[in-house]
Amino acid sequence: MPLRLHSLASPARFDRFARRILPWTWVLAALLIPCGLLWGLAFSPADYQQGDTVRVMYVHVPSAWMAMACYALVALLSASFLVWKHHLAGLAALAAAPVGACFTATALVTGSLWGLPTWGTWWVWDARLTSVLVLFFLYLGYIALAGSFDDRSRGLRAASILAVVGVVNLPVIKFSVDWWNTLHQPASVLRLDGPAIHASMLWPLAITAAGFAAFFAALLVVRIRSELLAWRIEALMRRRSAGAA
Amino acid sequence: MTGIGALVARDLALAVRRRGEAGLTLAFFVMAAAIFPFGVGPDPLLLGSIAAGVVWVTALLASTISLDHLFRGDLEDGSLEILVLDHRPLEGVVAAKCLAHWLATGLPVVALAPLMALLLNFDMDAWWVLVLSLAIGTPALSLAGSVGASLVLGARRGGALTGLVVLPLCLPVMVFGVGAVEAALAGRPVLPHILIEAAILVAGAPLALKASAAALRIAVE
Repeated sequence: MPLRLHSLASPARFDRFARRILPWTWVLAALLIPCGLLWGLAFSPADYQQGDTVRVMYVHVPSAWMAMACYALVALLSASFLVWKHHLAGLAALAAAPVGACFTATALVTGSLWGLPTWGTWWVWDARLTSVLVLFFLYLGYIALAGSFDDRSRGLRAASILAVVGVVNLPVIKFSVDWWNTLHQPASVLRLDGPAIHASMLWPLAITAAGFAAFFAALLVVRIRSELLAWRIEALMRRRSAGAA
Repeated sequence: MTGIGALVARDLALAVRRRGEAGLTLAFFVMAAAIFPFGVGPDPLLLGSIAAGVVWVTALLASTISLDHLFRGDLEDGSLEILVLDHRPLEGVVAAKCLAHWLATGLPVVALAPLMALLLNFDMDAWWVLVLSLAIGTPALSLAGSVGASLVLGARRGGALTGLVVLPLCLPVMVFGVGAVEAALAGRPVLPHILIEAAILVAGAPLALKASAAALRIAVE
């Protein structure tokens, strides 16, 4: 698998791969997200305690998963960029970060919309909420740092180091709810002893999550291609101005 | 080893001679903590309950605003290139600079913390916990700060960007530092919080040194 991923480091080969995979990711996203959301919002059972408010889960939980998975991806790509100097890996991390920041913001906003009816408050400084907020700040720091240098590749390398350092926050988010037993409920799906929620809720949740992942993949491929084009245009401009001088 | 000692001595001498540096940071710490009673009102009970947090947050901010000097002067006068090209490991150089930064800005803050806590109506039975948690925490702040300071070298915007990069990295150590003080005030055992705080310092130090060194190598290329 690593060998095949490395072969994608050539922009030309990535472009061919992107052209092949892009229609499929869009189709998957367009099928899975409406299907999962419709099932979750209209046809899944209401919770015996929370009533219909539990349906926020079908947007909140996949967003939160994607927020963390995307940060892990950004960090992995940044690490491989720093180690193997594959330029495309760094670009891919840069392309993924704003999408991940949006997923994090979605998780925070839907979480506070869910918090009002169930906990009676928009926001509490609970361990899980706080660490997701820190994740959001890490995304912002990464994006701001990458954009703060006149030399874009310099900014990319500095931001990659920050992304790798920020990984320490991921386990804290994952386990914060187990370590500090605060208002946010512990994990009920991704557990060693199997999911603790009923299949009638698990299925729409899984379908929406898969749809979000497909949507993310599609956005990521589009954004990487536009980043590649932006760098190519910049290189052409530089060559042209060098030729004119 | 002698090189490391010389580097610490040089940075300390610079901090003392550029009078603004260490003194201003300390003045900022005192003023920022003294501003809180104006903001939240002079109610002694309220002040007493937030005193530990206020001292910790202002210590964190004081450490962050003093980071601009950590590597920038060396980059501008070219000594950073010599340090990077030197045969000594760059991580050791970063460690020396962090130690000097902590001696110049962290240690005075630790020393002044009981006074500020007293002004904020802190329960002085627990003063030693506050000092202990700051004494363990402020070196970690200097180390996390060195990551941010080295990453933003050569960036178009300085100060605010450093804060955005550094503050998320500083939060874990602050959470357990304040946790220790709150445990002491509530009569619960202090040791677990202090040990976790120390563990974060010990585990984070090599990571921070490695990351700072990598960022410095990029900065001088």
